[in-house]
Amino acid sequence: MAEQVIPTKKMPPGLQVENVDDRIMTLNVGPQHPGSGHMRIIVKIDGDYIVDADPDPGYVHRGEEKMAESRNYITNIPHLERPVIHDSCNILYPYVLGVEDLVGIEVPERAKYVRVIAAELNRCIYIQYWLAIYGIFLGHSTMFMWPAGDRELLIDLMEKITGARVTHAYFIPGGVRNDVPANFEDVCLRQVNYFEKRIKEYADIFYDNPILKARTEDTGVLSREDAIRLGTTGSVLRASGVDYDLRIKEPYDVYDELDVHTNVLKSGDSYARSKIPWLDMLESCNIIRQALEKMPKSGSIRTKLKPNPKGREDEVYRRVESGRGSAGCHIISRGKPEPYRLKLSVSSFRNLIALPYLLKGEKLGNMPAVYWSLNYWPVEADR
Amino acid sequence: MSVIAPKFRLGYFLKGIFDNAFWILTIVTLAGIPAIQIVLFYLELPVIDGELLTAFLAFTWLFNPTMQVPLIKALIYSDLFRIVAFPGFGFAALIAAGTIFVERKMLAKLQLRVGPFYCGKVEGILQLAGDGLKLISKEIIIPAKADKPLFWAAPVLFVGTAAAFVALIPVAPGGWVVADLDVGLLAVFAVIGFFPIITILSAWSANSKFPFIGGIRALHQMVSFEIPLILSLLGVVILTGTLNLSEIVESQSSFPWIIFMPIGAIVFFTTMLAELERIPFDLPEAESEIVAGWLTEFSGMMYGLVQLGSYLKLYAFAALFVIIFLGGWTGPVFWPPLETELITEGIPIPNYAGDPILTVNAPGLPLLDQDPNEWVLQQQGELQYTSGQLLVSGVIWFVLKTVGVIFFILLPRGVFPRIRLDMLLHIGWYKLIGLSFVNIFIALGLVYAGVIGPGGIL
Repeated sequence: MAEQVIPTKKMPPGLQVENVDDRIMTLNVGPQHPGSGHMRIIVKIDGDYIVDADPDPGYVHRGEEKMAESRNYITNIPHLERPVIHDSCNILYPYVLGVEDLVGIEVPERAKYVRVIAAELNRCIYIQYWLAIYGIFLGHSTMFMWPAGDRELLIDLMEKITGARVTHAYFIPGGVRNDVPANFEDVCLRQVNYFEKRIKEYADIFYDNPILKARTEDTGVLSREDAIRLGTTGSVLRASGVDYDLRIKEPYDVYDELDVHTNVLKSGDSYARSKIPWLDMLESCNIIRQALEKMPKSGSIRTKLKPNPKGREDEVYRRVESGRGSAGCHIISRGKPEPYRLKLSVSSFRNLIALPYLLKGEKLGNMPAVYWSLNYWPVEADR
Repeated sequence: MSVIAPKFRLGYFLKGIFDNAFWILTIVTLAGIPAIQIVLFYLELPVIDGELLTAFLAFTWLFNPTMQVPLIKALIYSDLFRIVAFPGFGFAALIAAGTIFVERKMLAKLQLRVGPFYCGKVEGILQLAGDGLKLISKEIIIPAKADKPLFWAAPVLFVGTAAAFVALIPVAPGGWVVADLDVGLLAVFAVIGFFPIITILSAWSANSKFPFIGGIRALHQMVSFEIPLILSLLGVVILTGTLNLSEIVESQSSFPWIIFMPIGAIVFFTTMLAELERIPFDLPEAESEIVAGWLTEFSGMMYGLVQLGSYLKLYAFAALFVIIFLGGWTGPVFWPPLETELITEGIPIPNYAGDPILTVNAPGLPLLDQDPNEWVLQQQGELQYTSGQLLVSGVIWFVLKTVGVIFFILLPRGVFPRIRLDMLLHIGWYKLIGLSFVNIFIALGLVYAGVIGPGGIL
């Protein structure tokens, strides 16, 4: 992590980072801590204030990029979605788009719409899981149970489409793996409408809660300039007032035919960062309804590939808006059935860079609120 | 160390049984019976029906239908019964167990879950017993560099202090309280003052970072909320002019104090949540920040004891709220008077076919009326309610009100997130203390305006 990129932040007066050692207590928050995830944050505290925070990821490194070099383009699919199984469609999306570029195949129109629906459903599934953990990190156990329960609606829907509850492996180069079941449109519309009604109730118990507002507003403020300088993406960037959504800026598949709105909040604090994904879920429901309406009712869902497709000698970089921000995939091909090099550029790692900057000078009680509001998924950052 | 089960051999099995029987018989004969005799020697035994109750007579009377009821009655009015069973520990532990069950099921309903379901067949009613068994059977692990005596003592002290708090709570009219003190409210404040000390000692003795932070937070929280807690109850003391909890309840026979002091009640309820470390004030046990706070290093039944203590404390605080603001056991008496024909005509004892063959004149019936003449006085119109009626309906009112307050203590757990330490201190030192002074001025105004008190309209 480049030190010089991190801007200095004004600390509250009276806090000392150095010189007086016995004032400072070092806490290892993680990897076996209920508030850490699969990583460690080495936190130095002076009383109730955090004077230094050093995130230490790498506990769940799986070597996905190296594994991808010895597997061909089709067998790469099931393991490339592993870094973030709750958002498996979106993490696979840039890889599939890139391979389509390399192999040079066109995707049928119906498959594009099915992909958009699956990706938006998966975004909601991921955000629900993230929101559940955000709730329990703030001590709000109802907000843990409600999203975890409502998530089942969409998981059932994804199970109907793909046959798997979480790890779908649904997107393949050339389209999707199998067609949606009969009367899928009706079931999907009904479930999504109910889901939207449910998530609107979260505002009553969580987002309009006076204690939550008092606790998370004006904590961990990331200004617009710093958000851009630190290279954050996705909900973190949009919470700081930057209107940046790849579905609009670099539309892929059929997003340019749909009416996609993006949600931007100005304040850049933990509250805004936690609210943006929830607004994204409401927007996803709109996108799904539009896509269901415009989707061709019949047609091919997959362009046939050769059994072991070879990419042309080229390199390609594609990126999509995942549940956490931009997820990119850089593939270098040497004309073999396997990629010569595959690089996943994930938003979790980008957002993690903002963590030490945001935690400095915060109170210890704000640590979970700031940490999890960065929309960070530890397994994805390690890849 | 082998983990493979040894082969079963009948000889070893029988030898094990005989060995166990031998040692049990030996220990009971040599140590148990003398110990019982020594204890019985020092026990103060009641006189029943002109005869001093001895251990021998107790065993004899247990099987004598005419003496069973007086025996039970003598037991009920003994100090041991008060401490162990009714207004004391057993009653409080029963309500605490019910609280845990209600908390789990209510929270589950609120969060669209089912809650405990399988243990005990009916809605997971035995889940608590299962959890207790699990905690007892677990190994107790003590950190290597912990201060062992203090670390061992902390859970026991915590339960002991909570039980001392319970002992001060009057439950029913007629002196149904373990310790009936004239300075009852002052004693309550004194007992509450012990909790932060125990918390910080246990946290510090664990020699671990997260318990230490949790202990410091608990100390901050409890000390800064004790002051508004005491101040919010002073209004009632000004109005009633007494510190005796039973007399405070008796003063509310026509209206509860919450009508005149809603501000005090709100302040007391808030401080109560903070003292109990319940959400939104569960900072000392904040899971996502400091693992489990000052409970992090406790394992097995040590943790179970702390939980037992905290639920006893919850009952005691809810009961204190009921006593001071909601009128304790006062309420309409709905229990019908017990008829004294039982005493005068005796109890018919049926034979195997159900026909009465023998009438036994049992002294001491009914159990709840201490004075049999009360019924006669009530018939003559000189006494409105007998003491048995007052006791039964008083206890029922008390339990109903306490359960209602406990429900409102449990409810924020499903609604609010945890607040932060600086917000907590701000609430404690600015808002709640200010509001409790407002409450005191309301009380003074009521007294000096002549609304309440000697010569007042009420």
